[in-house]
Amino acid sequence: MNAPLLADVLFWLFAAGSVLSAWRVFRADSMMRAAYWLFASFVGVAGIFLLLGAEFLGFILILMMAGEMTIMVVFMVMFMMNPAGLNPMTMVHQHRTSIAVGVLAFLGLAALALFADFPAAPVADTSRATAELGTELLGGSMLVFQTAGVTLLSTMIGAIALASVRGRYGDAEAGSTEPQIAPEGVGRGSHAMPAAKEEPEMDEHHGHLGHG
Amino acid sequence: MSLEALLVVSAVLFGVGVYGALSQQSFVMIMMGIELMLNGAMLAAGAFWAYTAAGQPKAQMLVVVLFTVMAVEAAIGFALVINIYRVRKADITEKLKKLKG
Repeated sequence: MNAPLLADVLFWLFAAGSVLSAWRVFRADSMMRAAYWLFASFVGVAGIFLLLGAEFLGFILILMMAGEMTIMVVFMVMFMMNPAGLNPMTMVHQHRTSIAVGVLAFLGLAALALFADFPAAPVADTSRATAELGTELLGGSMLVFQTAGVTLLSTMIGAIALASVRGRYGDAEAGSTEPQIAPEGVGRGSHAMPAAKEEPEMDEHHGHLGHG
Repeated sequence: MSLEALLVVSAVLFGVGVYGALSQQSFVMIMMGIELMLNGAMLAAGAFWAYTAAGQPKAQMLVVVLFTVMAVEAAIGFALVINIYRVRKADITEKLKKLKG
């Protein structure tokens, strides 16, 4: 078997595997399995990257997704109902509309892919893509690279701020809880809050009562 | 393997992602739909690097930026799910009807 044919066969295998596992993500009975199917879909795309000659991107994609999907699986076990998939699970809304929009998105993008006129400038076979990308990352595109790093850092800080129990001025959820109808509910989260801070919240409750 | 075939595969991935993001009720499943859309976008960007950019490494930078987008989406998504679960005990979109006012 010559090399281009082998590459073609591998490409269609990866593509079919990626698409099939993408479809299985939303058909699995357990969300944990859905996370692993999603990982399989990413591995298929990473395989296509390797075939294209973008080795660095392919392996980074696998590494990143392995970590992310592990977190997702732990998440599923912690928070979601039915993580083991013992019961059939279909949790969908607006199903027909979603299918229609998905098919429309596919048809639009596929028509663009088939009928648009793209410049033909393929990568040379002798390309040293990984070395060139490394030079680009720490050379011409260093600003992009650094900006990505700073963005990730601020994302981490933001995620911790969102997910932490205690904020700087009391409970993190103090500002985002629904107003309580009953006056007993006013004392929520007061242990971490000075008394003066609670007054606006109390006013809000009275206002709510007045409306009701 | 050609540019058209790669783009059609990425379009399928994007379409499945759109379907998932719109149809699923669970927050994390919606995130999975969004990640599938990004997966298709990454495949398209990689295909454009390989077939239309004459191997310029700048085109691969686009995929690196998409990696960043995906990491940010996942981190903020997980944090928001934790926050909503803690505050409202909600894990599916239907439990958040209060947003309608």
